[in-house]
Amino acid sequence: MHIFNHPNFDFLRWRWHAIALSWIIIIAGGITLATKGIPRGVEFAGGTVVIEQFDQAVSVEQVRTALDQNYPKGGQNSIVQSTGDPSQRMVMIRVPQVGAEAGASLSTTAQEVEAALMKANLGAFHREGAEIVSPTVGAELEKKGLLATVLSLVGILIYLAFRFQFSFGVGAVVATIHDLLITAAFLAFFRYDLTLNVIAAILTMTGYSTNDTIVIFDRVRENLRSMRRDSLRDVINASINQTLGRTVITSGTALLTALALFFFGGEVLHGFAFTMVVGIITGTYSSVFIAAAIVSFWRGTAPTRAAAHAPVVSGAGGSGPQRAGSGATAVGSQPQRKTKPQRKARAS
Amino acid sequence: MTLRWKLITILVVLVAFAAVGVYPIVAEHYGVNSPAFLMQKQLKLGLDLKGGVHLVLRVQTDDALRLQTEQEMERLRADLMTKGIVVGNLMSPDSTHFVVEAVPPAQDAAFRAAATEVGANFDRSSGSNGTYTFTMKPNIQLTLREESVVQARETIERRVNELGVTEPSIAQQGANGDEILVQLPGVTDVDRAKEIIRSTGLLELKIVEQGPAATRELLLTNGQEPPGMEIVPGSSGTPGDTASTVFYLVRKVAAVSGKDLRNARPTIDENNQAAVSFTLNTDGGRRFGTVTGENIGRQLAIVLDGRVQSAPRIDGRITTDGRITGSFTQEEVQNLSLILRSGALPASLTYLEERTIGPSLGADSIRSGVTASIVGLLLVISFMLVYYKLSGVNAVVALIFNLVILLGLMAYIGAVMTLPGIAGFVLTMGIGVDSNVLIFERIKEELEAGRGVRAAINAGFNRVFWTLFDTHIAAAISCMFLFQFGTGPIRGFAITLVIGLISNLFTSIFVSKTLFELELERRHQVATLSI
Repeated sequence: MHIFNHPNFDFLRWRWHAIALSWIIIIAGGITLATKGIPRGVEFAGGTVVIEQFDQAVSVEQVRTALDQNYPKGGQNSIVQSTGDPSQRMVMIRVPQVGAEAGASLSTTAQEVEAALMKANLGAFHREGAEIVSPTVGAELEKKGLLATVLSLVGILIYLAFRFQFSFGVGAVVATIHDLLITAAFLAFFRYDLTLNVIAAILTMTGYSTNDTIVIFDRVRENLRSMRRDSLRDVINASINQTLGRTVITSGTALLTALALFFFGGEVLHGFAFTMVVGIITGTYSSVFIAAAIVSFWRGTAPTRAAAHAPVVSGAGGSGPQRAGSGATAVGSQPQRKTKPQRKARAS
Repeated sequence: MTLRWKLITILVVLVAFAAVGVYPIVAEHYGVNSPAFLMQKQLKLGLDLKGGVHLVLRVQTDDALRLQTEQEMERLRADLMTKGIVVGNLMSPDSTHFVVEAVPPAQDAAFRAAATEVGANFDRSSGSNGTYTFTMKPNIQLTLREESVVQARETIERRVNELGVTEPSIAQQGANGDEILVQLPGVTDVDRAKEIIRSTGLLELKIVEQGPAATRELLLTNGQEPPGMEIVPGSSGTPGDTASTVFYLVRKVAAVSGKDLRNARPTIDENNQAAVSFTLNTDGGRRFGTVTGENIGRQLAIVLDGRVQSAPRIDGRITTDGRITGSFTQEEVQNLSLILRSGALPASLTYLEERTIGPSLGADSIRSGVTASIVGLLLVISFMLVYYKLSGVNAVVALIFNLVILLGLMAYIGAVMTLPGIAGFVLTMGIGVDSNVLIFERIKEELEAGRGVRAAINAGFNRVFWTLFDTHIAAAISCMFLFQFGTGPIRGFAITLVIGLISNLFTSIFVSKTLFELELERRHQVATLSI
């Protein structure tokens, strides 16, 4: 079974369109973030979240009214929503306030919220969960999250530069940064809170979104040795086409599980799963349209011979004749030569 | 390795990991009686799944510095007094400095000599009019800060142990290393736990010089606290009167302090009021005996965390046993004895974060996590079977192996399964089959190129190996930073992913290949492959 039957798309022809599309999304995301701000979860913004389990069913509106009447401090920024299994009758209340940091009074706000509910006669309830974070924590956490993301990008860049060539590392990292920005834009469009889980998903994505890119680059490297007479453009196009099926399938299976998490994983993992879904889709898109395009920009339309200097490590198999440095002997200075891109590169 | 040995290896690995990782979960779920050694290394559930309290506190390390500075200043004051060197004011403007004013020029040399003896931890600089400023040395500051966090952590550990929490987790964290994370699984009385952890628990017994007085001002001489003395607030001591505050002028240096305690336990005083009785160690008892013997008829202030609890009259010489009375409830007395037994905190603590997860919230998370896992697994399995037909079976077997090994390894190394960890588990399925997909696609490609089945399979595995290696390393790099960044649940996620990556390399390459070899072995003439 095949998803694509010998695909022969000229992906590099579409690179400008792809880049323009990405920029539009990224800029729109940036504008959304600039005008509406980043919605931060309690971990980052600080504040109080209490989850109350009621003995009798209450509606979200009832709880909200109770808060508006008896705890006006929460104001516009307080959030009330039902959570968990409906049979559990749990309501989540989030207010931006938090008791004074000093002492045990961190939970004062939670107690005030509960007093407000008590006044409204909504029946008995008890605190099933709480998350109270002082605002000082958030700033540090944000810095750490950003640092971790940047460091992991640098780590991947170094690793790929070491395993392939610097231009490949740049291509993969630019593609990953692209994925991060697109994901951030979608998080902004759909107003998902920035939480620790979302950061975890973003970091996972930086690791995962390079996977497809690596698969394509691996093929480019392999083809650079067998398609020495072709231009880099043709080699890249051929490589993307040859790996297109597996790129789509691997992302597809990952997407299936991310969707399972999104629909069945529960409230807490919603932001996480959303980030993964967007990340996987944009990761595939960028592997096909962005990563290789960056490599071709970086190296211009130079003939392919330089690329064959890439350190060769894929020698585990029977690819004996093609060893590192074989490209040095190649005569490959026909930059714009057109060859059929679907020419297959096969080992021995 | 021959095929037989490969199969044996795989079976042994599978059985071992299933015994550690899967069996205990199943046995527990169905209430099967099992030998203890099998149940020992069960996969642990994180706080977010099990329920409990998660607290983050910051140690106010400045407190420890301030204490050290004040102590050194008082020591110098005493030293100067015995040596007959008369100086102006001694004061400490902040936690790391103290200033001595108006050292007379005639006694300058003597002062310097005295100061050298006392202030080894301080740098001295002189100003005009005989003013000397003492600044705590930076390395001493650093050491003190570190020590105070470590001591605070140890004290909290003792208190938590006294609380009787099973498997608590207490760790230092934060950019400055001054945060302490406390996780108490299964604890529901959050407020009590919080109070016990945070109370400084500094007990000091001090001789009362004057008081009680209704206001602070009444105890001042010339508008200032007399040298070597301090004014401490306290309750009036009249039973039932907790509202009004009175003040005592006490000696700054405590006769004995909490460090001299050997034990503390709840008791009842002669008025049938809850009280705490304490026993001093030998050294403390000796000093206490001297001080009480010299001060019969005067009042002794029992100061707890800077507040006088009671100030009984000393009727006779007391050595090792004493009692703290005041207006306590039964529970307060219980908590206070626990706090005193576990020792005082070197610095005050503030809460930065408080999370409570009730048992039904945790159960809810587990339920949705398991649902998502099953749905994800079914989706991936159906896709692989439809798309790769019989070879898909191979991938599914490898996938299930992968999950068994993942669970087993996590249980074995004592990793904690958290809600994000479950997400990692689900993602591992989706990402794990990627390796199989890459290999199978390559095999297909080789078959289309006209290779024989055997050669195509070999080429497929060999060619893809380094690609897989690269993708796994890249993913592991980001997991490493994720682990570095995160706490608790996030770490659980990072660990799950990394273990998933490792076991996936094993199953997708070794297990999957062996399964193909097994199939080739079974059918001697292989012309087609269902892929």
